Amino acid sequence: MRYLPLTDTDRKDMLATIGASSIDDLFVDVPEVARLDGPIRDLPMHASELAVERHMKARAAKNLAAGDAPFFLGAGAYRHHVPASVDHIIQRGEFLTAYTPYQPEIAQGTLQMLFEFQTQVARLYGCAVANASLYDGSTACWEAVAMATRVTKRSRAVLSGALHPHYAQVVKTMAHFTGDTIADAQPAITADPDLDGLTSRIDDETACVVVQYPDILGRVSDLSQVAEAAHAKGALLVVVNTEPVALGALKSPGEMGADIVVGEGQSIGVGLQFGGPYLGLFAVRDPKHVRQMPGRLCGETIDAEGKRGFVLTLSTREQHIRREKATSNICTNSGLCALAFSVHMTLLGEKGLRQLAAENHRLACVAADRLEKVPGVKLLNNAFFNEFTLMLEGKPARAIVRDLADRGVLGGVSLGRLYPGVEALEHALLVAVTETTTEEDIETLAREIEASVKEAA
Amino acid sequence: MNAPNKSGWKPSMQVADATGDSPTTTGNRALMLEEPLLFEIGHTEVTGVDLPEIDESASTRLGGLDRSEPIGLAGMTEPETVRHYTRLSRQNYGIDLGFFPLGSCTMKHNPRLNEKVARLPGFADIHPLAPQNSVQGALEVIHELGDWLKTLTGMPAVAMSPKAGAHGELCGILAIRAAHEARGDAREVVLVPESAHGTNPATAAVAGYRVEDIPATPEGRVDVAKIKERLGPDVAAVMITNPNTCGLFEKDFRTIADAVHEAGGYVYCDGANFNAIVGRVRPGDLGVDAMHINLHKTFSTPHGGGGPGSGPVVFSEALAPFAPLPFVRRDEDSGTFELVEEEAREESRGHTFGRMTAFHGQMGMFTRALTYMLSHGADGLKQVAEDAVLNANYILRSMDDILHAPFADSGPCMHEALFGDKDFGGDLSTLDLAKGLIDEGYHPMTVYFPLVVHGAMLVEPTETESKATMDQFIAAFRSLVERAKAGDETLKQAPYFAPRRRLDETAAARKPKLAFEG
Repeated sequence: MRYLPLTDTDRKDMLATIGASSIDDLFVDVPEVARLDGPIRDLPMHASELAVERHMKARAAKNLAAGDAPFFLGAGAYRHHVPASVDHIIQRGEFLTAYTPYQPEIAQGTLQMLFEFQTQVARLYGCAVANASLYDGSTACWEAVAMATRVTKRSRAVLSGALHPHYAQVVKTMAHFTGDTIADAQPAITADPDLDGLTSRIDDETACVVVQYPDILGRVSDLSQVAEAAHAKGALLVVVNTEPVALGALKSPGEMGADIVVGEGQSIGVGLQFGGPYLGLFAVRDPKHVRQMPGRLCGETIDAEGKRGFVLTLSTREQHIRREKATSNICTNSGLCALAFSVHMTLLGEKGLRQLAAENHRLACVAADRLEKVPGVKLLNNAFFNEFTLMLEGKPARAIVRDLADRGVLGGVSLGRLYPGVEALEHALLVAVTETTTEEDIETLAREIEASVKEAA
Repeated sequence: MNAPNKSGWKPSMQVADATGDSPTTTGNRALMLEEPLLFEIGHTEVTGVDLPEIDESASTRLGGLDRSEPIGLAGMTEPETVRHYTRLSRQNYGIDLGFFPLGSCTMKHNPRLNEKVARLPGFADIHPLAPQNSVQGALEVIHELGDWLKTLTGMPAVAMSPKAGAHGELCGILAIRAAHEARGDAREVVLVPESAHGTNPATAAVAGYRVEDIPATPEGRVDVAKIKERLGPDVAAVMITNPNTCGLFEKDFRTIADAVHEAGGYVYCDGANFNAIVGRVRPGDLGVDAMHINLHKTFSTPHGGGGPGSGPVVFSEALAPFAPLPFVRRDEDSGTFELVEEEAREESRGHTFGRMTAFHGQMGMFTRALTYMLSHGADGLKQVAEDAVLNANYILRSMDDILHAPFADSGPCMHEALFGDKDFGGDLSTLDLAKGLIDEGYHPMTVYFPLVVHGAMLVEPTETESKATMDQFIAAFRSLVERAKAGDETLKQAPYFAPRRRLDETAAARKPKLAFEG
């Protein structure tokens, strides 16, 4: 077996040193009822690298990769070009095969990277402090709500109707068990989000209001008024961002008064990966809230000789010290994805990020203009970054998406899939456009949507 | 903001002559190269990516929210970036470099085939919401891995979406709460042994339970009598790690499980230490109701400096209906795979506790773990457990003549050996020994955990270490123990040869500096 270095002679010698007559002697504490008489049946025996690769390749070949089709899916996961050097760096064994940096003297590589990552995220979000990552955007969203309840000592959260429905569902799942109250809503099909309606739902019991920016329909709007309304009631504003590239073009949530900013970092460096692993980002605008934050934090210090170095810090918030009184149960986070994000962000720099954002927006405008001209198609958004909502006549968008996939076009995400059973939303299609989209792809999508809508009519 | 580092200061420049060597102009020492922060060497106007220049005259449709203020993100060209991170990487210890016996973390070799497979575009470049007819192979992998996990654990159901071990714990505990709720039973307490990993009590608390500790017996196992005494109509569940964090198999697990079930509770098993028994013992035979499996431990997906992990949870029949959404189902007639995302109340699984993450789990970890399982097969996985246990016992019996091994008389250890610092001289402690190991070229074992042993040292060698590696480690470990027992004060200053000497953690926490300023 290629991964097991012990030889039979080694095993024999070691058993002798231990004073055991056979390996079974080392498993004597397993009760008889649970002892097996050989390898577990119903599973194959070991296989060569060649055979395993063949097995897995056969499965991979059954999937239509985004790069092999005109591709327009978003809704919380975006396809961007990741420079080759990012994957090279994250495969260095010193990063790939390291553990959480509990021994800082021999983990300065990971720790300095995390310190830089925290700085990048904080600046992108317009915040003071970011943590060293959480699992993904949706779990970060719940952690933000939980933190807001700790800070305000209130237990009601108001969710915008245009928050990603998976995120809203995660929050509701958790709140059901913690006893917090969640006031949520469905997205209204309007050209701009109804922020007045949202602020009217904030009351004196509200711990936080949670708004996505850009929202699930791709709309963008100034959240300063929501921040003011929340603060007037003593509540916090939590802003959720699922497309960090947008913040290379759009005003940061921190600038608009968000108290906690969370999001999905997958867009930068991580890739699509069928939904995971992704990268939860979490930041606070006011450093006074740091001790209520969940997850690991990396901080600067000095060593015994006065050299600068980095350590995990403020761990009295965390489960390994505080156990049931911890701010969160999280332990393992998304370290390697944070590295991928940080390397990609370093390659971009502010100049590259702004260019990337501008190119995304430019192509999205081209696509919106083109698709709007398709008979039976209406563009919903007044404003958007790289994703917008189309209203389609005829068949539900979900069926159209399936038709398009059969014809080799990955044409977007239907709201019917995200909000099953909600009739008002079933003709809406979310279309995302990034720098990886070509104008030819846009033309193909326009043509195929036209054909599909016509077919239905 | 982000001007190049004009002062020329480098983090190492305060070093004068620490080890008696000649100081260097740069602060570097041959292959040990100091590296400033990205924000000290990069610049906001520099980029390592070629993108079109921005057409400032083009109108935008951003609702007037164009970002006009500077962001402060330093950039570097590709050669500078590669060098920055390569230099940082060399200040890290990883399994690829050497022996990493971090107890309860299962730092085994990460096969590179796994990395290659995970990067196939058919897995890496597919969108989580892609139409299901375009991702049948991916759904098949999730289903296939789930089948492996069910078979290896002898459990009938599995939830694949939890993102890591602690998230898996949460998944199991939420299913338990949902099951109690479904029968109108408002239980409030979860019992957790004091030797448990901190995530256990934290998870129970996050799920809204009150946590009560269960003490360990002098032989290092959970106190069965104390559990039985405490069981009652208010106890929702018991969370037990098996093999436990003292490195022992909980031989009375079945008895405990029966008692818990009789009292109307459920048994959560923390599967962090599954590597000791994989392919040899099925937790389902022990009365487990829910157990998470750390794919990043037992099934060799890389730890990545702190994640990502993956924590699928296997369930008993009793809890299966409460498992989270979404899940993958195989249609036996057509052979197609379906991702079930919606609640269907009329079905038997209609009592799901809901969704606990966006999308459907750590696909990138699934492909790696399945690749690993296929490589080993049923016979290889059994050998994994046996070699892991053999290696740990070899270390235990090669050390227990000179180092306090509190549970050495409690029977063989499983995959990890536990020691304490009882006989150390002077004011030397476990920390000093651990830092001494760094100078010897090892990553230290887990220290000060579990809490039930003073100055705990938990050594988990895993099955991917050769006898020669362990013999050399044992020699170094023994020599350090001798020095610690002799009160060798020089250990208090270790490590001497790492990229950094001991770091001031108190100062870091007193006045936290959590981002670069300037």
